[in-house]
Amino acid sequence: MRLEDMYQEVILDHYRAPHGKGLTEPFDVEVHHVNPTCGDEITLRVVLSGDRGAPVVDAVSFDGQGCSISQAAASVMHDQVNGMPLSQAMASVDAFSDLMRSATQEIEPDEELLGDAIAFEGVAKYPARIKCALLSWMAFKDAAAQSTAKANE
Amino acid sequence: MNQPHVVDVDRIRKDFPILSRTVRDGKPLVYLDTAATSQKPTVVLDAERHFYENTNAAVHRGAHQLAEEATDAYESARARIAGFVGGEPNDLVFTKNATESLNLAAYSFLNATLKSRQNLALNPGEDRFVLEAGDEILVTEMEHHANLVPWQELCAKTGAVLRWIPLTDEGRLDLADRSELINERTKCVSIVHQSNILGTINDVALIGEYARRVGAVYVVDACQSVPHMPFDVSTLGADLVAWSGHKMLGPTGIGCLWGRSETLLAMSPFISGGSMIETVTMMGSSFAKPPARFEAGVPMAAQAVGLATAADYLDDLGMDNVCAYEHALTGYTVDRLNELTGVRIIGPDNNVDRGGAISFVVDDVHSHDVGQVLDDHGVAVRVGHHCAAPTCRRFGVSSTVRASLGIYNDERDIDTLIAAITDAQRFFGVRV
Repeated sequence: MRLEDMYQEVILDHYRAPHGKGLTEPFDVEVHHVNPTCGDEITLRVVLSGDRGAPVVDAVSFDGQGCSISQAAASVMHDQVNGMPLSQAMASVDAFSDLMRSATQEIEPDEELLGDAIAFEGVAKYPARIKCALLSWMAFKDAAAQSTAKANE
Repeated sequence: MNQPHVVDVDRIRKDFPILSRTVRDGKPLVYLDTAATSQKPTVVLDAERHFYENTNAAVHRGAHQLAEEATDAYESARARIAGFVGGEPNDLVFTKNATESLNLAAYSFLNATLKSRQNLALNPGEDRFVLEAGDEILVTEMEHHANLVPWQELCAKTGAVLRWIPLTDEGRLDLADRSELINERTKCVSIVHQSNILGTINDVALIGEYARRVGAVYVVDACQSVPHMPFDVSTLGADLVAWSGHKMLGPTGIGCLWGRSETLLAMSPFISGGSMIETVTMMGSSFAKPPARFEAGVPMAAQAVGLATAADYLDDLGMDNVCAYEHALTGYTVDRLNELTGVRIIGPDNNVDRGGAISFVVDDVHSHDVGQVLDDHGVAVRVGHHCAAPTCRRFGVSSTVRASLGIYNDERDIDTLIAAITDAQRFFGVRV
């Protein structure tokens, strides 16, 4: 295992020029997630639209601070869920969660659902960094669930 | 007395088997995380094994020979460790870790306060632990969460007010407002001796004098000092002193709380059950004298034996020698870090009243990423807020990298650290 296997060039590119960073208005739900072991944090906003049967992720934006892995993961997450049908976005979240378990479990990464996120496969080999990578994805999952619940009220 | 002698680090390193292993594809381990937990010399591991192979039985229970020998080993360990800090055996309470020791101190206030509010009889001297709403607990802005959260909890439950001594930009206690901060409402002063994040060594004897003047119970968190310097509990003016075993070359699972005899006698236990009682009826119970009062359940005998052996090991080296050696290596580390462009020490950037826990940030590289590159070089450091998040906030950083020294480190370790930091800067493109 080499350092470059984790810090793939595509990850460093997203870190240096993140997509979706900077909170936007309006929004349905805002969530704030922290990684208590290292102090990384993210604030994330979502807007869902469309029929209740087939909602679409209209907008995702975030702000926060953290290591290159957490910041790049947020940028990649934005690319995979922004503008997508919610069902597909949630499938991407699941695919990324699975990818983070790939060091201990046999999984077949779905390149379509993961996009650039497939570059995070090396991160899964460093248990201490998995939470960094998952922070933004879990924030999105939480925000999408809250937004859906709100729409169903 | 031990004869002063120069620390022979090459010989010492041979006593720590783990230091000869490699990490990350064959890199020699450079262990710079002793402030989190120290490594253990073979003699400590052997002492635990010897106990389990020859003497193992439940302490303070049973009339058989093994039980007698286990009890003797446990109580001898207590005497040995008390002696290591200049205390009496019966003034030393064994706990699970230093966090439990500090919680015991905080819960003594809660128990006394609850008893008082129900008009129950207090122990002799326990009135010092009774809090009224508006009474004050004083800590500092450089506390480990273990010496902060229990006091926050205590204040929330009792209506007491938590106050703290602020810090200067260099990471020292700012005592400008001390006469206002330590006043007649101050019922407890609990401060860290050596900060686990800044490395600052506080003048605990001076603060003890202030605490004594207002009659406050004085608690010292000595986790980072007992293992690294000559330490005498009688010189601090402290009521209670907490430290852990695993940071002083001993096993995990054992911590210490030394207390002044009359202070311990005043305190009520917060963990109850077997071993800590005097008489028990269905109507109620009375409690044993300290230290047994605070040691409910079957205690950690093998760990106590291991910790006593760690004290022997340190005394054989001589704590004066340990302190002088680590002080010199701290100075070397601080100097080398100060030479680096784009690296900033958080805490004193000099070697005056500072210990070997040295935090720093690297401009434009998150500490987690620095730590990852260091790890790739075999260098084990801690990254994050080091259980001192408010201290990080005080210095405007969310996390730091911390290199912390032990008696088994040398300048070669620091040179590897410095080279690895430079490589992290290169890797993330902030140094070409």
